[in-house]
Amino acid sequence: MLRMLEIFIGSILDHNIALAYILGMCPLIAISTNLKNAKGMGLAVVFVVTLTGIINYPIYLLLKATDSTHLALLVFITTIAATVQFLEMFIDKFFPKLYNAFGIFLPLITVNCVVLGVSLFFVNREYNFGETAAFSFGAAVGWMVAIVLLAGVREQMAKKSDVPRGLAGKGIAFIILGILSLAFVGFSGLANIG
Amino acid sequence: MNWIRLKYTKPFNIFREGLSRNNPIVISVLGICSALAITNRVENAIAMGIGVTFVIMGSSAIVSLIRQFIPSRVRMVTYMVIISSFVIAFQMLLAAFFPLIEEELGAYVGLIITNCIVMGRSEAFAVKNPVKYTVVDGLANGIGYTYVLVLISSVREILAFGTFLGFRVLPEAFPVWTVMAIAPGGFFVLGLLIWIIRELTKNFELQN
Repeated sequence: MLRMLEIFIGSILDHNIALAYILGMCPLIAISTNLKNAKGMGLAVVFVVTLTGIINYPIYLLLKATDSTHLALLVFITTIAATVQFLEMFIDKFFPKLYNAFGIFLPLITVNCVVLGVSLFFVNREYNFGETAAFSFGAAVGWMVAIVLLAGVREQMAKKSDVPRGLAGKGIAFIILGILSLAFVGFSGLANIG
Repeated sequence: MNWIRLKYTKPFNIFREGLSRNNPIVISVLGICSALAITNRVENAIAMGIGVTFVIMGSSAIVSLIRQFIPSRVRMVTYMVIISSFVIAFQMLLAAFFPLIEEELGAYVGLIITNCIVMGRSEAFAVKNPVKYTVVDGLANGIGYTYVLVLISSVREILAFGTFLGFRVLPEAFPVWTVMAIAPGGFFVLGLLIWIIRELTKNFELQN
Protein backbone atom coordinates (compact mmCIF):
# COMPACT_ATOMS: atom_id res chain seq x y z
CA MET A 1 0.00 0.00 0.00
CA LEU A 2 2.84 2.34 0.96
CA ARG A 3 4.62 1.39 -2.28
CA MET A 4 1.51 2.32 -4.27
CA LEU A 5 1.36 5.69 -2.54
CA GLU A 6 5.04 6.28 -3.29
CA ILE A 7 4.52 5.50 -6.97
CA PHE A 8 1.43 7.70 -7.11
CA ILE A 9 3.09 10.75 -5.55
CA GLY A 10 6.34 10.13 -7.43
CA SER A 11 4.68 9.98 -10.82
CA ILE A 12 2.86 13.27 -10.20
CA LEU A 13 5.77 15.34 -8.91
CA ASP A 14 9.18 13.75 -9.27
CA HIS A 15 8.67 11.76 -12.48
CA ASN A 16 5.94 13.91 -14.05
CA ILE A 17 5.14 12.29 -17.37
CA ALA A 18 4.80 15.59 -19.24
CA LEU A 19 7.57 17.62 -17.66
CA ALA A 20 10.23 14.98 -16.99
CA TYR A 21 9.52 12.33 -19.66
CA ILE A 22 8.17 14.79 -22.24
CA LEU A 23 5.16 12.77 -23.32
CA GLY A 24 1.84 13.97 -24.71
CA MET A 25 3.26 17.20 -26.09
CA CYS A 26 0.99 17.62 -29.13
CA PRO A 27 -2.27 18.02 -27.16
CA LEU A 28 -0.41 19.79 -24.34
CA ILE A 29 0.62 22.56 -26.73
CA ALA A 30 -2.52 22.57 -28.87
CA ILE A 31 -5.21 22.63 -26.17
CA SER A 32 -3.56 24.80 -23.52
CA THR A 33 -4.67 28.19 -24.84
CA ASN A 34 -7.55 28.40 -22.37
CA LEU A 35 -8.06 26.97 -18.93
CA LYS A 36 -11.52 25.49 -19.46
CA ASN A 37 -10.49 23.31 -22.40
CA ALA A 38 -7.30 22.31 -20.61
CA LYS A 39 -9.32 21.02 -17.65
CA GLY A 40 -11.64 19.06 -19.96
CA MET A 41 -8.73 17.48 -21.79
CA GLY A 42 -6.98 16.72 -18.50
CA LEU A 43 -10.05 14.96 -17.10
CA ALA A 44 -10.47 12.93 -20.27
CA VAL A 45 -6.83 11.85 -20.08
CA VAL A 46 -7.11 10.85 -16.40
CA PHE A 47 -10.14 8.73 -17.25
CA VAL A 48 -8.70 7.01 -20.31
CA VAL A 49 -5.14 6.47 -19.05
CA THR A 50 -6.25 4.92 -15.76
CA LEU A 51 -8.69 2.65 -17.54
CA THR A 52 -6.34 1.52 -20.31
CA GLY A 53 -3.49 0.94 -17.85
CA ILE A 54 -5.70 -1.39 -15.81
CA ILE A 55 -7.01 -3.15 -18.94
CA ASN A 56 -3.61 -3.55 -20.57
CA TYR A 57 -2.00 -5.18 -17.53
CA PRO A 58 -3.88 -8.52 -17.65
CA ILE A 59 -3.51 -8.51 -21.44
CA TYR A 60 0.23 -8.20 -21.03
CA LEU A 61 0.25 -11.14 -18.61
CA LEU A 62 -1.60 -13.15 -21.25
CA LEU A 63 0.98 -12.18 -23.89
CA LYS A 64 3.77 -13.16 -21.52
CA ALA A 65 2.19 -16.54 -20.84
CA THR A 66 1.97 -17.27 -24.57
CA ASP A 67 5.49 -15.94 -25.18
CA SER A 68 4.43 -13.29 -27.69
CA THR A 69 5.55 -10.08 -25.99
CA HIS A 70 6.94 -8.71 -29.27
CA LEU A 71 3.30 -8.11 -30.26
CA ALA A 72 2.71 -5.96 -27.17
CA LEU A 73 2.78 -2.69 -29.12
CA LEU A 74 0.20 -3.82 -31.62
CA VAL A 75 -2.09 -5.24 -28.95
CA PHE A 76 -1.79 -2.23 -26.64
CA ILE A 77 -2.61 0.30 -29.31
CA THR A 78 -5.60 -1.73 -30.48
CA THR A 79 -6.89 -2.01 -26.91
CA ILE A 80 -6.47 1.73 -26.45
CA ALA A 81 -8.30 2.58 -29.68
CA ALA A 82 -11.11 0.18 -28.80
CA THR A 83 -11.41 1.49 -25.23
CA VAL A 84 -11.57 5.08 -26.38
CA GLN A 85 -14.19 4.27 -29.00
CA PHE A 86 -16.27 2.33 -26.48
CA LEU A 87 -15.94 5.02 -23.82
CA GLU A 88 -17.07 7.69 -26.27
CA MET A 89 -20.24 5.79 -27.17
CA PHE A 90 -20.92 4.84 -23.55
CA ILE A 91 -20.61 8.38 -22.19
CA ASP A 92 -22.56 9.84 -25.09
CA LYS A 93 -25.44 7.44 -24.37
CA PHE A 94 -25.59 7.48 -20.57
CA PHE A 95 -23.95 10.71 -19.39
CA PRO A 96 -24.69 13.37 -22.03
CA LYS A 97 -23.70 16.15 -19.61
CA LEU A 98 -20.25 14.64 -19.09
CA TYR A 99 -19.98 14.12 -22.85
CA ASN A 100 -20.47 17.83 -23.42
CA ALA A 101 -17.72 18.58 -20.92
CA PHE A 102 -14.98 16.43 -22.39
CA GLY A 103 -16.48 14.19 -25.09
CA ILE A 104 -14.94 16.15 -27.93
CA PHE A 105 -11.47 15.47 -26.59
CA LEU A 106 -11.88 11.70 -26.51
CA PRO A 107 -11.09 10.87 -30.17
CA LEU A 108 -7.87 12.89 -29.88
CA ILE A 109 -6.66 10.78 -27.00
CA THR A 110 -5.86 7.71 -29.07
CA VAL A 111 -2.82 9.50 -30.45
CA ASN A 112 -1.80 10.97 -27.10
CA CYS A 113 1.59 9.46 -26.29
CA VAL A 114 0.78 9.40 -22.58
CA VAL A 115 -1.70 6.56 -23.01
CA LEU A 116 0.68 4.26 -24.84
CA GLY A 117 3.65 5.53 -22.84
CA VAL A 118 2.10 4.44 -19.54
CA SER A 119 1.50 0.96 -20.90
CA LEU A 120 5.09 0.70 -22.16
CA PHE A 121 6.58 2.05 -18.92
CA PHE A 122 4.84 -0.48 -16.69
CA VAL A 123 6.26 -3.23 -18.87
CA ASN A 124 9.79 -1.80 -18.63
CA ARG A 125 9.58 -1.30 -14.87
CA GLU A 126 8.00 -4.71 -14.16
CA TYR A 127 5.20 -3.44 -11.93
CA ASN A 128 2.58 -5.69 -10.35
CA PHE A 129 -1.13 -4.97 -10.73
CA GLY A 130 -1.52 -2.58 -7.78
CA GLU A 131 1.57 -0.63 -8.75
CA THR A 132 0.36 -0.41 -12.36
CA ALA A 133 -2.97 1.02 -11.24
CA ALA A 134 -1.26 3.57 -8.96
CA PHE A 135 1.21 4.52 -11.70
CA SER A 136 -1.47 4.90 -14.40
CA PHE A 137 -3.59 7.14 -12.19
CA GLY A 138 -0.59 9.13 -10.94
CA ALA A 139 0.88 9.68 -14.40
CA ALA A 140 -2.46 10.89 -15.73
CA VAL A 141 -3.00 13.27 -12.80
CA GLY A 142 0.55 14.54 -13.34
CA TRP A 143 -0.21 15.26 -17.00
CA MET A 144 -3.39 17.10 -15.98
CA VAL A 145 -1.40 19.19 -13.48
CA ALA A 146 1.03 20.12 -16.26
CA ILE A 147 -1.62 21.13 -18.80
CA VAL A 148 -3.62 23.13 -16.25
CA LEU A 149 -0.49 25.00 -15.08
CA LEU A 150 0.56 25.73 -18.66
CA ALA A 151 -2.92 26.87 -19.67
CA GLY A 152 -3.15 29.18 -16.67
CA VAL A 153 0.13 30.87 -17.52
CA ARG A 154 -0.65 31.10 -21.24
CA GLU A 155 -4.11 32.55 -20.63
CA GLN A 156 -2.69 35.32 -18.46
CA MET A 157 0.17 35.95 -20.88
CA ALA A 158 -2.18 36.37 -23.82
CA LYS A 159 -3.92 39.19 -21.95
CA LYS A 160 -1.03 41.01 -20.37
CA SER A 161 2.33 40.44 -21.96
CA ASP A 162 4.00 41.54 -25.17
CA VAL A 163 5.71 38.50 -26.66
CA PRO A 164 8.11 38.89 -29.64
CA ARG A 165 6.16 37.99 -32.80
CA GLY A 166 8.43 35.10 -33.76
CA LEU A 167 7.99 33.53 -30.35
CA ALA A 168 4.23 34.07 -30.08
CA GLY A 169 2.00 31.01 -29.78
CA LYS A 170 3.92 27.75 -29.72
CA GLY A 171 7.39 29.16 -29.24
CA ILE A 172 6.60 30.83 -25.95
CA ALA A 173 4.67 27.75 -24.82
CA PHE A 174 7.92 25.77 -24.98
CA ILE A 175 9.79 28.38 -22.96
CA ILE A 176 7.06 28.30 -20.29
CA LEU A 177 7.19 24.49 -20.29
CA GLY A 178 10.95 24.66 -19.86
CA ILE A 179 10.59 26.88 -16.79
CA LEU A 180 7.84 24.66 -15.34
CA SER A 181 9.98 21.62 -15.98
CA LEU A 182 12.92 23.29 -14.27
CA ALA A 183 10.69 23.94 -11.25
CA PHE A 184 9.69 20.28 -11.15
CA VAL A 185 13.35 19.25 -11.18
CA GLY A 186 13.25 20.56 -7.61
CA PHE A 187 11.18 17.52 -6.63
CA SER A 188 13.78 15.05 -7.86
CA GLY A 189 14.76 12.38 -5.36
CA LEU A 190 11.34 12.57 -3.69
CA ALA A 191 10.26 9.06 -4.58
CA ASN A 192 11.85 6.01 -6.15
CA ILE A 193 9.41 4.64 -8.71
CA GLY A 194 11.71 2.68 -11.01
CA MET B 1 19.45 21.06 -68.25
CA ASN B 2 17.99 18.18 -66.33
CA TRP B 3 18.34 20.14 -63.10
CA ILE B 4 16.21 22.97 -64.39
CA ARG B 5 13.49 20.60 -65.48
CA LEU B 6 13.69 18.74 -62.18
CA LYS B 7 12.78 21.92 -60.35
CA TYR B 8 9.30 21.94 -61.86
CA THR B 9 8.40 18.31 -61.23
CA LYS B 10 5.90 17.35 -58.57
CA PRO B 11 8.18 15.06 -56.54
CA PHE B 12 10.75 17.84 -56.22
CA ASN B 13 8.16 20.26 -54.89
CA ILE B 14 6.79 17.73 -52.44
CA PHE B 15 10.31 17.15 -51.23
CA ARG B 16 11.02 20.83 -50.72
CA GLU B 17 7.73 21.32 -48.84
CA GLY B 18 8.63 18.64 -46.31
CA LEU B 19 12.11 19.96 -45.73
CA SER B 20 11.39 23.62 -45.29
CA ARG B 21 8.00 25.21 -45.69
CA ASN B 22 6.04 22.37 -44.09
CA ASN B 23 8.72 21.09 -41.77
CA PRO B 24 6.89 18.82 -39.32
CA ILE B 25 8.68 20.04 -36.20
CA VAL B 26 9.47 23.72 -36.47
CA ILE B 27 6.51 24.83 -38.59
CA SER B 28 3.67 22.43 -37.78
CA VAL B 29 5.04 21.56 -34.29
CA LEU B 30 4.17 17.87 -34.48
CA GLY B 31 5.98 14.85 -33.07
CA ILE B 32 7.61 16.81 -30.28
CA CYS B 33 7.63 14.07 -27.63
CA SER B 34 10.42 12.06 -29.19
CA ALA B 35 12.12 15.18 -30.54
CA LEU B 36 12.78 16.36 -27.01
CA ALA B 37 12.98 13.24 -24.90
CA ILE B 38 15.84 11.52 -26.71
CA THR B 39 17.84 14.42 -28.13
CA ASN B 40 20.51 14.73 -25.42
CA ARG B 41 22.87 12.62 -27.59
CA VAL B 42 23.38 12.99 -31.35
CA GLU B 43 23.53 9.24 -32.02
CA ASN B 44 20.12 8.73 -30.40
CA ALA B 45 18.71 11.50 -32.56
CA ILE B 46 20.07 9.88 -35.73
CA ALA B 47 18.70 6.46 -34.76
CA MET B 48 15.31 7.98 -34.00
CA GLY B 49 15.33 9.93 -37.25
CA ILE B 50 16.06 6.83 -39.31
CA GLY B 51 13.32 4.96 -37.48
CA VAL B 52 10.71 7.63 -38.04
CA THR B 53 11.67 8.02 -41.72
CA PHE B 54 11.39 4.26 -42.24
CA VAL B 55 8.03 4.09 -40.49
CA ILE B 56 6.55 7.10 -42.34
CA MET B 57 7.67 5.81 -45.75
CA GLY B 58 6.52 2.25 -45.14
CA SER B 59 3.18 3.01 -43.55
CA SER B 60 2.30 5.79 -46.01
CA ALA B 61 3.08 3.51 -48.95
CA ILE B 62 0.82 0.76 -47.58
CA VAL B 63 -1.98 3.19 -46.71
CA SER B 64 -1.72 4.66 -50.20
CA LEU B 65 -1.82 1.21 -51.82
CA ILE B 66 -4.99 0.15 -50.04
CA ARG B 67 -6.63 3.58 -49.83
CA GLN B 68 -9.61 2.53 -51.95
CA PHE B 69 -10.47 -0.28 -49.57
CA ILE B 70 -10.28 1.51 -46.21
CA PRO B 71 -13.76 2.45 -44.94
CA SER B 72 -13.51 6.02 -43.65
CA ARG B 73 -15.14 5.19 -40.29
CA VAL B 74 -12.40 2.82 -39.22
CA ARG B 75 -9.49 4.47 -41.01
CA MET B 76 -7.74 5.59 -37.81
CA VAL B 77 -7.59 2.07 -36.42
CA THR B 78 -6.39 0.80 -39.79
CA TYR B 79 -3.54 3.33 -39.82
CA MET B 80 -2.65 2.36 -36.26
CA VAL B 81 -2.31 -1.31 -37.09
CA ILE B 82 -0.21 -0.62 -40.20
CA ILE B 83 2.03 1.86 -38.37
CA SER B 84 2.57 -0.39 -35.37
CA SER B 85 3.62 -3.30 -37.61
CA PHE B 86 6.38 -1.12 -39.05
CA VAL B 87 7.41 0.10 -35.62
CA ILE B 88 7.68 -3.48 -34.36
CA ALA B 89 9.86 -4.30 -37.36
CA PHE B 90 12.12 -1.33 -36.64
CA GLN B 91 12.34 -2.20 -32.96
CA MET B 92 13.44 -5.75 -33.81
CA LEU B 93 16.08 -4.47 -36.27
CA LEU B 94 17.44 -2.07 -33.69
CA ALA B 95 17.54 -4.72 -30.97
CA ALA B 96 19.38 -7.09 -33.30
CA PHE B 97 22.05 -4.70 -34.63
CA PHE B 98 22.33 -1.80 -32.15
CA PRO B 99 21.32 -3.17 -28.73
CA LEU B 100 23.00 -0.28 -26.88
CA ILE B 101 21.00 2.39 -28.68
CA GLU B 102 17.85 0.32 -28.28
CA GLU B 103 18.42 0.26 -24.53
CA GLU B 104 19.00 4.01 -24.43
CA LEU B 105 15.87 4.84 -26.44
CA GLY B 106 13.79 2.37 -24.41
CA ALA B 107 10.05 2.92 -24.59
CA TYR B 108 10.47 5.85 -27.00
CA VAL B 109 10.94 3.49 -29.97
CA GLY B 110 7.48 2.08 -29.32
CA LEU B 111 6.15 5.59 -29.01
CA ILE B 112 6.89 6.24 -32.72
CA ILE B 113 3.37 4.80 -33.18
CA THR B 114 1.81 7.80 -31.50
CA ASN B 115 4.16 10.26 -33.21
CA CYS B 116 1.67 12.68 -34.75
CA ILE B 117 3.81 13.10 -37.89
CA VAL B 118 3.33 9.49 -39.00
CA MET B 119 -0.42 9.57 -38.45
CA GLY B 120 -0.60 13.07 -39.92
CA ARG B 121 1.06 12.08 -43.20
CA SER B 122 -1.26 9.08 -43.56
CA GLU B 123 -4.32 11.19 -42.95
CA ALA B 124 -3.29 14.31 -44.85
CA PHE B 125 -1.35 12.88 -47.78
CA ALA B 126 -1.27 9.11 -48.23
CA VAL B 127 -5.03 8.51 -48.45
CA LYS B 128 -5.35 11.00 -51.30
CA ASN B 129 -2.24 10.36 -53.41
CA PRO B 130 -0.68 7.56 -55.46
CA VAL B 131 2.20 5.55 -54.06
CA LYS B 132 5.08 7.27 -55.90
CA TYR B 133 4.29 10.72 -54.47
CA THR B 134 3.54 9.26 -51.05
CA VAL B 135 6.98 7.70 -50.76
CA VAL B 136 8.67 10.98 -51.71
CA ASP B 137 6.51 12.82 -49.20
CA GLY B 138 7.37 10.31 -46.48
CA LEU B 139 11.08 10.61 -47.20
CA ALA B 140 10.92 14.41 -47.21
CA ASN B 141 9.09 14.59 -43.90
CA GLY B 142 11.39 12.00 -42.38
CA ILE B 143 14.49 13.93 -43.40
CA GLY B 144 12.91 17.20 -42.31
CA TYR B 145 12.29 15.62 -38.90
CA THR B 146 15.76 14.08 -38.69
CA TYR B 147 17.75 17.21 -39.42
CA VAL B 148 15.86 19.23 -36.81
CA LEU B 149 16.51 16.44 -34.29
CA VAL B 150 20.21 16.40 -35.14
CA LEU B 151 20.34 20.19 -34.79
CA ILE B 152 18.70 20.15 -31.34
CA SER B 153 20.79 17.24 -30.13
CA SER B 154 24.06 18.83 -31.34
CA VAL B 155 23.40 21.92 -29.24
CA ARG B 156 22.40 19.83 -26.24
CA GLU B 157 25.20 17.28 -26.43
CA ILE B 158 27.93 19.90 -26.89
CA LEU B 159 26.70 22.03 -24.00
CA ALA B 160 25.76 19.18 -21.68
CA PHE B 161 28.71 16.81 -22.17
CA GLY B 162 31.24 18.81 -24.19
CA THR B 163 31.18 16.09 -26.86
CA PHE B 164 29.82 15.57 -30.36
CA LEU B 165 28.91 12.01 -31.40
CA GLY B 166 31.08 10.88 -28.48
CA PHE B 167 34.19 12.88 -29.52
CA ARG B 168 35.32 15.67 -27.20
CA VAL B 169 34.98 19.08 -28.85
CA LEU B 170 35.10 21.44 -25.87
CA PRO B 171 38.06 21.57 -23.46
CA GLU B 172 37.84 19.66 -20.18
CA ALA B 173 37.80 22.96 -18.27
CA PHE B 174 34.48 23.97 -19.85
CA PRO B 175 31.78 23.99 -17.14
CA VAL B 176 29.10 21.67 -18.58
CA TRP B 177 25.48 22.77 -18.52
CA THR B 178 23.74 19.89 -16.76
CA VAL B 179 20.35 21.46 -17.49
CA MET B 180 20.83 20.66 -21.20
CA ALA B 181 20.98 16.93 -20.50
CA ILE B 182 17.57 16.87 -18.81
CA ALA B 183 14.06 17.81 -19.95
CA PRO B 184 14.11 21.63 -19.43
CA GLY B 185 17.10 21.98 -21.80
CA GLY B 186 15.11 20.34 -24.58
CA PHE B 187 12.20 22.71 -24.09
CA PHE B 188 14.42 25.79 -24.12
CA VAL B 189 16.41 24.74 -27.20
CA LEU B 190 13.27 23.92 -29.19
CA GLY B 191 11.58 27.16 -28.14
CA LEU B 192 14.56 29.20 -29.26
CA LEU B 193 14.91 27.19 -32.50
CA ILE B 194 11.28 27.88 -33.37
CA TRP B 195 11.86 31.55 -32.68
CA ILE B 196 14.94 31.70 -34.94
CA ILE B 197 13.32 29.82 -37.81
CA ARG B 198 10.11 31.84 -37.69
CA GLU B 199 12.08 35.07 -37.60
CA LEU B 200 14.14 33.95 -40.62
CA THR B 201 11.23 32.64 -42.70
CA LYS B 202 8.79 35.36 -41.58
CA ASN B 203 6.29 32.61 -40.84
CA PHE B 204 4.49 34.06 -37.82
CA GLU B 205 1.57 32.74 -35.82
CA LEU B 206 -1.39 35.09 -35.57
CA GLN B 207 -2.04 36.47 -32.11
CA ASN B 208 -5.67 36.11 -31.01
